[in-house]
Amino acid sequence: MPTARGRLAGRARTVPAPAEASSSLGNYLLRRLLIALPSLLGISLVLFTVLALAPGDPFEELATNPAVPPEVRLALRAQLGLDDPVWQRYLHWLSSMLQGQWGFSFVSRIDVDTLIWQRLPVTIAVVGAAILLALAVALPVGVLAAVRPYSWFDRIASTLAFVGFSLPTFFIGLLFILLFSIKLDWLPFVFRADISATGWAWWWEHFKQGVMPVSVLGLALAASWMRYVRSSVLDVIRLDYVATARSKGLSERVVIVKHALRNALLPVVTLVMLQLPQLFGGAIVTEQIFRIPGIGSLLIDAILRNDTPVIMAVTFVLSVLVILFNLLADILYGWLDPRISYR
Amino acid sequence: MAGSTPASVIAELGKQPASTSLWAEAWRRFKRHRLAYWSLWMLGLLVLAVLLGPLVYKVGINDIDFQARLAPPSWRHPLGTDDLGRDLLARVLYGGRISLAVGFASMVVAIVVGVAVGAIAGISRGWVDAALMWVTDLFLSLPQLPMLLVLIFFFRDGLKALVGPEVGIFLLIVLVIGGFRWMPAARVVRAQFFSLREKEFVEAARALGASTPRVVARHILPNSLGPVIVAATIDVAAAIILESTLSFLGLGFPPDIPTWGRLLFDAKDYLDIAMHWSLFPGLAIFITVLAISFIGDGLRDALDPRRVM
Repeated sequence: MPTARGRLAGRARTVPAPAEASSSLGNYLLRRLLIALPSLLGISLVLFTVLALAPGDPFEELATNPAVPPEVRLALRAQLGLDDPVWQRYLHWLSSMLQGQWGFSFVSRIDVDTLIWQRLPVTIAVVGAAILLALAVALPVGVLAAVRPYSWFDRIASTLAFVGFSLPTFFIGLLFILLFSIKLDWLPFVFRADISATGWAWWWEHFKQGVMPVSVLGLALAASWMRYVRSSVLDVIRLDYVATARSKGLSERVVIVKHALRNALLPVVTLVMLQLPQLFGGAIVTEQIFRIPGIGSLLIDAILRNDTPVIMAVTFVLSVLVILFNLLADILYGWLDPRISYR
Repeated sequence: MAGSTPASVIAELGKQPASTSLWAEAWRRFKRHRLAYWSLWMLGLLVLAVLLGPLVYKVGINDIDFQARLAPPSWRHPLGTDDLGRDLLARVLYGGRISLAVGFASMVVAIVVGVAVGAIAGISRGWVDAALMWVTDLFLSLPQLPMLLVLIFFFRDGLKALVGPEVGIFLLIVLVIGGFRWMPAARVVRAQFFSLREKEFVEAARALGASTPRVVARHILPNSLGPVIVAATIDVAAAIILESTLSFLGLGFPPDIPTWGRLLFDAKDYLDIAMHWSLFPGLAIFITVLAISFIGDGLRDALDPRRVM
C-alpha cells in the first residue's frame, strides 16, 4: 500500500522544527488526499463496471406491468439516461455522486441520501460501541499475555482468541439469542429503533437491546486484535531501550505503559484503522441476525429488491469510509511516532 | 536457509544424512506445536468423514420423515432432524463436502492469482510493479462483504443459465471469494521476491545463463513458498467462514444444497424448539475452522526459520 511505503520512508527523516510543523501537516494532508483520489476513482469505476455488466434491469417490473404502455417505458428510459453509452453514464453518475445527488430509490420512492442518513447513525453507534469494547478487552489482555508469554494466562487468552475467530459471528449471535433471549429471557432479540420511553428508561432499553449485537461484534474483533497487541508488544519488549528503561530503575508498570506500549501500538493502530471499514461491511451479518435497521440491512434489502441506486450509494459510502480511515491511520501514526515527519 | 553461508564446508559435509532436508526439518518443528499437530489429525478425520461418510451412512439428504419432524438426536437420527424430518447427520456430512470444497477451491484461486500478481510485480520493476500494486491496494480498499453480496446477486442467474444451478453457484462463489482474497498472498510474494532476487544464489543462477522465467520458477519461487503456504491455510478457513456467511444471508447455495451455512440459515427460525438443528452445523464450522487456524499457526512456526521456538 502506498501509505505503508510512505511510512517506512518517513521513518528515516528527522523531526521538523516546531514552527514549520503546522504548515507541513497541511501539505501532508493535501498530498495524502491527492494519493487517495485515484483510489476513489478506481473504486467508483469498479463499482460502476459491476453494475453495468449486471443482467438485472430495474425496468423489468414496468415491462411486465400491462398498465404501462411501452412508449412510456421507453420515454422514461431515455429520460433517465439508461440508453446512453456506458462511459457517458459513468461520468454522469460520478459527477452527481460527487455533488451529493445519490439518486432516488426505486423501491422506497425517497432520496437515497435520506435513506442512508436514516440508517447510518444506528450502524455507527453499534460499530462504535463494539470497537470500544474490543479495545477495552484486547489492549489489557494482549499486554498481559505479552508480558508473561507462555504463562497460563497467555495460553488461556490465546486459546480463547483462536476460538473467538473460528466461530462465525452469526453462529455466536444465534448462541447468544438462544442463551440470553430464549433460555434466560434477559434481553430482547429484535432491535427496535422506535423506543417510546424517555430519560433513563430510554437509555436502559437501548442498552439492553444493544448488549448482544455489540458484544458479538466486539468480542470477535477483540479476539484478533488481542493477537496483534500481544505479538507487537512481544516484538518491542525485547528491544534495548526497554532494557535501558528497566535498568534506570523505573517500575515495571511505567516501563510497559510509557515505554513499550506506545511503540507497540504503532502497527496495531494501522491494523485497527484498516479493519474498521471492513467492520462496517461485516456489521451486515450482525444487523441481519438482530434485525438492526442499519446501513447493512439497508444494503441487503436493496440487493434483494434490485434497488440499484441504493446498492451503489451504500457500497460507495463504505468504500469512501475505507479511504477516510486510511487517511486517519496515517495522521494517528504520525502523532504516535514523532520520528515520522509530515514531509 | 537459502543464501546463508555455512560456517565451514567440512562441517557441512560431515552431516549429510537426508533427514536434514528443509521439509523434514519443517515437519519436525511442526510436530512440536502440539495443538497444530492434533489439529492436522482432526482435520484429516473430518475430511475422511465427509468424503466416506455418505458412502457408509446411507440415509438420503432429502428423505422426508414426517413421523420425526424436528426430532432431537436419537438412535435413528443421531443428530436429530429438521422441520421436514430430514436426517441432519446425512445433511451435515453432505454439506461438509461442499463447504470444504468451497474452502479449498477458493484458496487455490486466491493463491494462484496472488502468486502470479506478486511474482510479476516482484520481478519486474518500475511501472508494472507500481500498476499491479495499485490494483492490489484498490482491491484491499473495496468493502469485501458488500461487494461479494452484490456480485453474487447480480451474476447468479446468468451463470445458473450457463452451466446449471449447482455448478454455477459453486463456480461463482469460489471465483468471487478467491477474487477478493488474493491480495495478502500477492504482497507477501512480492516482498519475498524483492529480498530473494538480490541474493547470491540468484545472481549465481543468472551468471550461469539462466533466463528470467527459469530463475523465477526454479530459484526464487520455491524459496518464497513458506509464507505463501501459511497464507493459503488462513485463506481456506476464511473461505469456509465467508461461504457460510453468504449462505446465512440467503445469497449462497440454493435451499436444496445443504451447506453448513445454509443449514444454519434454515435452522435460525427454530432456535427455541429445535436447538440441535443449528448447533451441529455450527459446531462443524467451528471445529473445521479452529483446526485450520491452529494448523496455520503451527505452519508459521515451522516454516519461518527466524522464529525461535
